[in-house]
Amino acid sequence: MHLDHSPSHSHSHDGPSALSADAHRPDGSRRAIRIGLGGPVGSGKTATVAALCHALRDELSLAVVTNDIYTREDAEFLLREAVLPPERITAVETGACPHTAIRDDISANLEAVEDLEDEVGPLDLILVESGGDNLTATFSKGLVDAQIFVIDVAGGDDIPRKGGPGVTTADLLVVNKTDLAPYVGSDLARMAADAKAQRAELPVVFQSLRDDKGVAAVADWVRGQLAAWTAA
Amino acid sequence: MMTSAGVRATARIAATADGRGGTALPVLDGEGPLALRRTRAAGSEARVMLVGAMSGPLGGDHFTVEANAHEGARLHVGSAAATIALPGQAKGPARYDVRLTVADDAELHWLPEQLISACDSELQVRTRAELAAGARLVLREEQVLGRAGEAPGRLTSRLTVRRAGRSLLDQELACGPGAPGGWDGPAVLGGHRAVGQLVVVRPEFVHEMPRAALLGEFAALTPLAGPAVLVTAVAPDARHLRRVLDEAVRALG
Amino acid sequence: MSRAALLVLADGRFPAGGHAHSGGAEAAVKAGRITGAASLEEFCRGRLHTSGLVSASLAAAAALGLDPVELDEAADARTPSAALRTAARRLGRQMMRAARATWPHPELDAVARLFPKGAHQPVVLGVAARAAGLGADDAAYCSLYESVSGAATATVRLLSLDPFDATGVLARLAPAMDLVARDAVDAARRAVEDGVDALPAGSAPLLEISAEAHAAWAVRLFAS
Repeated sequence: MHLDHSPSHSHSHDGPSALSADAHRPDGSRRAIRIGLGGPVGSGKTATVAALCHALRDELSLAVVTNDIYTREDAEFLLREAVLPPERITAVETGACPHTAIRDDISANLEAVEDLEDEVGPLDLILVESGGDNLTATFSKGLVDAQIFVIDVAGGDDIPRKGGPGVTTADLLVVNKTDLAPYVGSDLARMAADAKAQRAELPVVFQSLRDDKGVAAVADWVRGQLAAWTAA
Repeated sequence: MMTSAGVRATARIAATADGRGGTALPVLDGEGPLALRRTRAAGSEARVMLVGAMSGPLGGDHFTVEANAHEGARLHVGSAAATIALPGQAKGPARYDVRLTVADDAELHWLPEQLISACDSELQVRTRAELAAGARLVLREEQVLGRAGEAPGRLTSRLTVRRAGRSLLDQELACGPGAPGGWDGPAVLGGHRAVGQLVVVRPEFVHEMPRAALLGEFAALTPLAGPAVLVTAVAPDARHLRRVLDEAVRALG
Repeated sequence: MSRAALLVLADGRFPAGGHAHSGGAEAAVKAGRITGAASLEEFCRGRLHTSGLVSASLAAAAALGLDPVELDEAADARTPSAALRTAARRLGRQMMRAARATWPHPELDAVARLFPKGAHQPVVLGVAARAAGLGADDAAYCSLYESVSGAATATVRLLSLDPFDATGVLARLAPAMDLVARDAVDAARRAVEDGVDALPAGSAPLLEISAEAHAAWAVRLFAS
């Protein structure tokens, strides 16, 4: 967990705005927790974000930043689904390199989260969704406080075994579309064992957004992160 | 005045409110190749035509036109024919300076015909419009690179519009042989032989700014950083260019 | 003056948002005006002598200590496309964040306070160069290089252009960059004496028109 920031991470509050991971807004108030969702193309990141918004919007003030490969596609899906009012959804353009925008050069995303807090805040939670990318794409700690990596059973049940930074280090690994496992021949028990081997104590959630529980386990995990953030 | 360096000529126009809802022209001074003619007024507006008494400017010539619309005046300036920059006997480029001032509650329509940069000519155009905060302006500039089927000359044209003491628009187009590289390439003119700007400044844009809009593939209307819009267009020839700019004028109402 | 600091500031990986912008290349590729290395070179040459020169002179003037507010106004007047002004301010804000984190300096803080949503990028770049202990010529070179390298990198992604060809284009533009950088610094020094109107104002009609078109696309890879 990197919720407790070491002093070396905090920047001076003298300037007009925080530079990066600072836990406070320029006025000294504590900012919203930022949770990143990454993972390969088609694994269900946007659907998970939409489900989280449905599950949490009545209890939390939240907003979403999308990082599309092609501009605004994911943002427009969320707008169509009306999971949040449009002013709570911002699309960041990534110049064909979604991993750059969440890891190597996070400036556009930082601007997006700060503007959301300024314009629709106060916010409790900001979900930052990465554009679909590869297994190495992870969020910078300068951008998010915790990250979820979303893979799906149809992408191959050997993904947890192969590891990679997303699978291995994300604060939460979500294995999505479990309802499809019988049809694509994926072995959920093997995926769970491989994930455990890669991730030790870090949590893993198996979910199907089509069944009754839907996104409930992930929503609970998000609530836990927020509680820890608020208490820190 | 004719000198060995070329012709220097200045034309001056001043427009004032005549106190009866119309516009008077207390100054209407042409000189040499720059003749001015008052034409029939339209409503409260005075109309002036710039009449080229001879072709030019040629290399070494220096023409200046000044038009001042004082408070309450409505002035429309056009020209009888296109201005053609031609090569001359004298050394050095020709210069054409246009100085426009528009006071509060005054309006200037500066709508000359095209400037044609003929083969081997060299012309530097400098257009400066100084506007008060309550001034209104419609300004059109069209540059045509070469007469029909002809290679262009060297043309540099800088257009500056200042409003209430601040720069609103400042841009310079340089094209033709000897211009900095890439002028006819995919970032600048891309083979187009006519390029034009239409600037419209209206105080009421402070409250309601027209939105950016495309006017076909090769023209766009864009709000400036002040109560003004600019239409920039490139076209294969003068006729196409004029059609696009005329449409823009109509769209702005 | 530190040559190493110049490399830090000029590095394409300096985290100031440039990677998401194509410098007009995406629109030019789609319109069929950039189709390969040769047309990319002409495109970049046109940029260098127009918006590149303007940006470099603004950056150099800011590095010389001219008033950033006046320079920002001059940049507005020299950027008629509203889409390009938006892009320039967004990039300026991102440059400001990166610069303040990299070279903390009261002048950067002051400009950030004056322009919470961003000043024009070249102005911020020039102040950043000052903060890094760099000079006007360094700022001009940084700005110029960025005005063509962004377009070249974007074209590699958009056309799957051979990256060696794109780098070759940049190398062939080097002599032109040297000349334009000198002109930019000369103009900036004149602006110190005569005011910001002395700065160049080169415009590129196709860049401006297609920037407005690009901003209206529903689907695009780059922000500008």
